[in-house]
Amino acid sequence: MSALLDVEDLRVSFPTRTGVVDAVRGVSFTLGRERLGIVGESGSGKSQTGRAIMGLTPEHGRIEAKKLAFNGIDLLKASKAERRALRGKRIAMILQDPKYSLNPVMTIGRQIVETLRTHEPVGRAEARGRALDMLAAVQIRDPERVFDLYPHEVSGGMGQRAMIAMMLVAGPELLIADEPTSALDVTVQLEVLAILHRLVAERGMGLIFISHDLRLVSSFCDRVIVMYAGRIVEELPAARLAEATHPYTRGLLDCMPRIGADRHPLPVLDRRPEWAL
Amino acid sequence: MTAPALAIDGLTVAFDDFVALKDVSLTVAPGESFGLVGESGSGKSTLLRAVAGLAPASDGTIAVNGKVLGERRDKAFYRQVQMVFQDPYGSLHPRQTVDRLLLEPLAIHGFGDAESRIVRALDEVGLGAGFRFRYSHQLSGGQRQRVAIARALILEPSILLLDEPTSALDASVQAEVLNLLEQVRAARGLTFAMVSHDLAVVTHMCDRLMVMQHGQAVEELAAADLAARRVSRDYTRSLLAASEGFRREA
Repeated sequence: MSALLDVEDLRVSFPTRTGVVDAVRGVSFTLGRERLGIVGESGSGKSQTGRAIMGLTPEHGRIEAKKLAFNGIDLLKASKAERRALRGKRIAMILQDPKYSLNPVMTIGRQIVETLRTHEPVGRAEARGRALDMLAAVQIRDPERVFDLYPHEVSGGMGQRAMIAMMLVAGPELLIADEPTSALDVTVQLEVLAILHRLVAERGMGLIFISHDLRLVSSFCDRVIVMYAGRIVEELPAARLAEATHPYTRGLLDCMPRIGADRHPLPVLDRRPEWAL
Repeated sequence: MTAPALAIDGLTVAFDDFVALKDVSLTVAPGESFGLVGESGSGKSTLLRAVAGLAPASDGTIAVNGKVLGERRDKAFYRQVQMVFQDPYGSLHPRQTVDRLLLEPLAIHGFGDAESRIVRALDEVGLGAGFRFRYSHQLSGGQRQRVAIARALILEPSILLLDEPTSALDASVQAEVLNLLEQVRAARGLTFAMVSHDLAVVTHMCDRLMVMQHGQAVEELAAADLAARRVSRDYTRSLLAASEGFRREA
């Protein structure tokens, strides 16, 4: 199986007044048509890794890598126009909070149609039809009605489904989901994940699932990468999460309160400086 | 029998036509830790805010330490009841140093020995004296929440209202803050009323809890019963199932 995405020694850094901040420091992985989870706490570089692949690193950030290739296309050498053609069409990204990531002054339907028509020469009627099909595919019961609603008129779960519909309508090969369900209620979270799970499987996409929630990621993905201070500290099959060996991964697993486990006080993470080396 | 620390009877909160909280009753004994769980819009935060006087009660009564509260809260009330909010980024004044933040409640309530109290409060929440003259933007999320807890404790209240105190924090920092809260509760015999969307956090922290949905109480039960899955309502069951994470369909 040839790799969909090949990342080797990716580094992302930001110059600031007080010196250069290295957000990502030498991350390497390959991705096939599988579900890969990237887990870490705030500041671990997980989101910047996703953004660098997507080409959404802020202007002043610097990206270096030995290799950053998507389907054989060198993303480091690609022009802005080439990146734009990929973005949304072949690589798509779902962001955390539909309240902020959808355009508030455009109806949901128009936003989906806009995505589609940016990337494919389709007519108005066909685009509408495909948008409605996509809304139905994310299990929105009344697609015709939701098509004409503005983002503020729908719930968080509905907004996130619309976001997934918008991202998948152009049929991407790689989907990057950055905390796609963290802003949602637990029960809604599971519904959205089930939809994402089914669509990714049906369409044979590659998925990068970025989250702070180690348990959620391991129940959803095939493989998990754990990041700390801009580096990968551990990589393991999701099913074998319980056998994690790195003290950081173990600490993360341990410090969550569990229903039925009477542990007072909770074990806390003892951060070792050598993890960040 | 001593009066309950917090007794709420038939509390209703309405914002114009929208009823956010409908006929909710509960009692919390002194020294007890009580949890409120539910999804967004369930009214759990509104309940805490109504106790603190931040949301208008349109019906029902709230009594603290046996005393029924009126429409306005007096200073004596805020010496007994303090609140910690969810967002450590939004709940601290961005242009005040930690020292100034902690001085404010002391000045309002006319405490004399501010100097020693501030030092002690910072020490109690595990922040050294080095943090005293910093601004909140120079602190991490966990450190900010510690400052917010110090600010609430500095008046030596008997009841702490905690509105999602750890949901904006990383898991490892959450564990530290939860431990800190348990530690101060044990040391001072505090009564907690804690709101969270996370069943695991609430069962960890509380003796008893109430599950809420659409502004109403669904079920009130002991944390031990929840842990043993002795629940009687379907909604509680679905919350329990959801907290166990995603399951792939076969």
